[in-house]
Amino acid sequence: MISESLVDLSRLQFAITAMYHFLFVPLTLGLAFLLVIMESVYVITDKQIYKDMTRFWGKLFGINFALGVTTGLTLEFQFGTNWAYYSHYVGDVFGAPLAIEGMMAFFLESTFIGLFFFGWDRLSKQKHLLVTFLTAIGSNLSALWILVANGWMQNPVGAEFSYETMRMEMTSFAEMFFNPVAQVKFVHTVAAGYVTGSMFVLGISSYYLLKGRDLDFARRSFAIAAGFGLASILSVIVLGDESGYEIGDVQKTKLAAIEAEWETQAPPADFILFGIPNEDTMTTDYAVKIPYVLGLIATRSTDEEVIGIKDLMAQHEIRIRNGMNAYALLQTLRSGDFTEADKAAFEEVKVDLGYGLLLKRYTPNVVDASEEQIRQATLDTIPSVAPLFWSFRIMVACGFLMLFIFATSVYFCARRSALSNRWLLKMALWGIPLPWIAAETGWFVAEHGRQPWSIAEVLPTHLSTSSLASSDVWMSLIGFIIFYTVLLVVELYLMFHFARLGPSSLHTGRYAFEQKENNDVSTSDALLPRV
Amino acid sequence: MILDYETLKLVWWLLVGILLIGFVITDGFDMGACILLPFIGKDDEERRVIINTVGPHWDGNQVWFITAGGAIFAAWPAVYAAAFSGFYLAMLLVLFALFFRPVGFDYRSKITDLRWRTTWDWGLFISGTVPALVFGVAFGNLFLGVPFQHDEFLRPSYTGSFWQLLNPFALLTGVVSLSMLVMHGAVWLQLRAEEVIAERARLAAQISALILIITFSLAGLWIMLDINGYQIVSMPATDAMPNPLTKVVAMGENSWMTNYSLYPWMMSAPILGLIAAGFTLLLTKARRPGLGFVSSSLAMSGVILTAGFSLFPFVMPSSTQMNSSLTLWDASSSHLTLTVMFWAAVIFIPIILLYTVWTYRVMWGRVTLEQIRSNSHSVY
Repeated sequence: MISESLVDLSRLQFAITAMYHFLFVPLTLGLAFLLVIMESVYVITDKQIYKDMTRFWGKLFGINFALGVTTGLTLEFQFGTNWAYYSHYVGDVFGAPLAIEGMMAFFLESTFIGLFFFGWDRLSKQKHLLVTFLTAIGSNLSALWILVANGWMQNPVGAEFSYETMRMEMTSFAEMFFNPVAQVKFVHTVAAGYVTGSMFVLGISSYYLLKGRDLDFARRSFAIAAGFGLASILSVIVLGDESGYEIGDVQKTKLAAIEAEWETQAPPADFILFGIPNEDTMTTDYAVKIPYVLGLIATRSTDEEVIGIKDLMAQHEIRIRNGMNAYALLQTLRSGDFTEADKAAFEEVKVDLGYGLLLKRYTPNVVDASEEQIRQATLDTIPSVAPLFWSFRIMVACGFLMLFIFATSVYFCARRSALSNRWLLKMALWGIPLPWIAAETGWFVAEHGRQPWSIAEVLPTHLSTSSLASSDVWMSLIGFIIFYTVLLVVELYLMFHFARLGPSSLHTGRYAFEQKENNDVSTSDALLPRV
Repeated sequence: MILDYETLKLVWWLLVGILLIGFVITDGFDMGACILLPFIGKDDEERRVIINTVGPHWDGNQVWFITAGGAIFAAWPAVYAAAFSGFYLAMLLVLFALFFRPVGFDYRSKITDLRWRTTWDWGLFISGTVPALVFGVAFGNLFLGVPFQHDEFLRPSYTGSFWQLLNPFALLTGVVSLSMLVMHGAVWLQLRAEEVIAERARLAAQISALILIITFSLAGLWIMLDINGYQIVSMPATDAMPNPLTKVVAMGENSWMTNYSLYPWMMSAPILGLIAAGFTLLLTKARRPGLGFVSSSLAMSGVILTAGFSLFPFVMPSSTQMNSSLTLWDASSSHLTLTVMFWAAVIFIPIILLYTVWTYRVMWGRVTLEQIRSNSHSVY
């Protein structure tokens, strides 16, 4: 049996490295398209200031991008290093979108980002814009493929278990690609990225406006970010991936947990705005409810029900018992000594094999599980409710706060009085962390809500790890924490340094700090001592 | 489905080889340049020249490595699972070393402080040296067999230790890999860097080509004289559903040489490796780095193909439970996945090559000290 501490450490390491990676991804996704917009305006109007904008925001883009690449490498390695059984069990399906992501997206993004920074003097304006555009497309395509992969973890369609190879095998690439969960996730995630990029530019531009410097530069950046941000936050909210929660059993369970819906209500269900979920009594204390709203959001209807946690557990218990049967038949098939009837019987119940595997946590042989162990495994099928309930609400609150910020920004931009509203500018500046909080809590909901599965209904997380010593994972975990902390400090230092410096960092001679002191860094460079 | 399963398994063995060769030809020269950085860049400006010869390309180059990893995941999930988890600490060492690359390149010259810049220079040095060594060491261990096995549900587990990987033979192949990338990086710098640096790189290229010739030959002799290979005693049909436990593997004297007597044309790989390395030495000496780069690329291809041909059809032999060994016949993905991936590769690899060549053309030319001085704030 796999030790609990190995599973916990592997999960912790994955959570830390993935969430850390996602500090950088959304900004890359969004800022890339803002650069495309700014540079397009430059190509159309031929106004130098838009080129300066592209180059300055591009500089900050580069600082962020470097860590995105660094931390992305970890994720490509980590399925193999720490989740070897997962890699064996689902690599046939899950590996394909990752490899295609490399060929279709990473190459595009990474090849052209070099030309974005180095090609300004070597390419015509139009060609450089094309390069910027291809970089942006590349980063967005990579989001597409990784979300196809992730969507498959939530709702594994287009694949079937094969007892001969002891793994999931792809049966339809199209079905996997057009997985509705993956598609809504993609739209939701990239739009959230656009929001992040917009909030970043809006907030930093507000800082220059508050300081009263580089006004022309800041005002134009502010206006572009406000417009793009409003459109994006509306997409995030309206096309929010709520619609993805009606598909597949695990998504339904996640929904019930997010809403702390213990009992199935008569449709349309009430929405719990606030309350304290109590896992022991399976009730939500002090609940503040809004009638009908949950039913409307989750099912887009007034007569379909949203199944509650208790009913889901009853269904899961049946499937676990079926899974024990599937596991017994699998053992027969693997032994090589079986009849056609065994094979047919296995085909009947193999959809529940994953539920049987949940018992492996308690008894290696599965088929001899006691009633108590079955009860335990059934309880495991529900992720812990309170963290999901709260994370989801934090995410939504951040979303609506940003909607307010972008909407007021656009309104005052349109009235040409954004500059004079110091409270608006301050709000935009202090609002910079909001998209990151929303993105991280959102991913927490998606991935913690998938527990106890790594692949929904197919492979439990606790079976997915590598056969490693806990001490090895301790070592790597500590290494990651130290390395990542140092990198984050360095990154934030540079980010703050250049954001404060503003477009003066381009050394064009046109911006605030350069007019005051003309003997700046460029001369001190030449004075640098020899190594 | 146009290609049958057996052919596709073979094609994917070739494609992984092609991705690895693509990786060493592209990422190899920037890693090599990073290894040489602290030694042949005498001051900050010279080091910036070196960094800027690879500045526009390192990120695209690195994708060959990432894609090779992704392709192994998709085409050989069993290998991805067993190798990455088995070589756990070695893999993390590579990963942590690679962390220095993006930040080293991008952050180094953003601050003028000399200690800051020197620190990143050594970071970049590590980012080239450690992966080059570890990959070579890993390949060396494949020849010796890796202590791992599968249980009845095909869960791989590794029973060796990290230090066990650092045996004399594997260290020798580590030097093969290191000298190969240093040679390639040196030729690149001779081709693209300011004259004064190019001259120093010329010397480095000759020395490393010589070391490559010596260590590669030694490794070959060692295999011929002292290393028992593995051989397949019996296995199911090559187009069977992949299951590593269904075959029988035994140790055999000189088994890694069997393919060369069965298919004498395979000898072309080691011969190519040696001759092209020799040509690289001569061409760099004759100040013909353009041809030298081609020849260095061929030498590295020869070395990688030699490893592939010798091990064929093994990908990762097991020393503790030989039947668990992974071969290209029983570590593969399903027929459908290999087909889908095959078409993706057929469509995208030519497109990738086209735009990669275009970006190299745009950025072509020597990087000079003068360029660094006049673009101090826009280059790395």
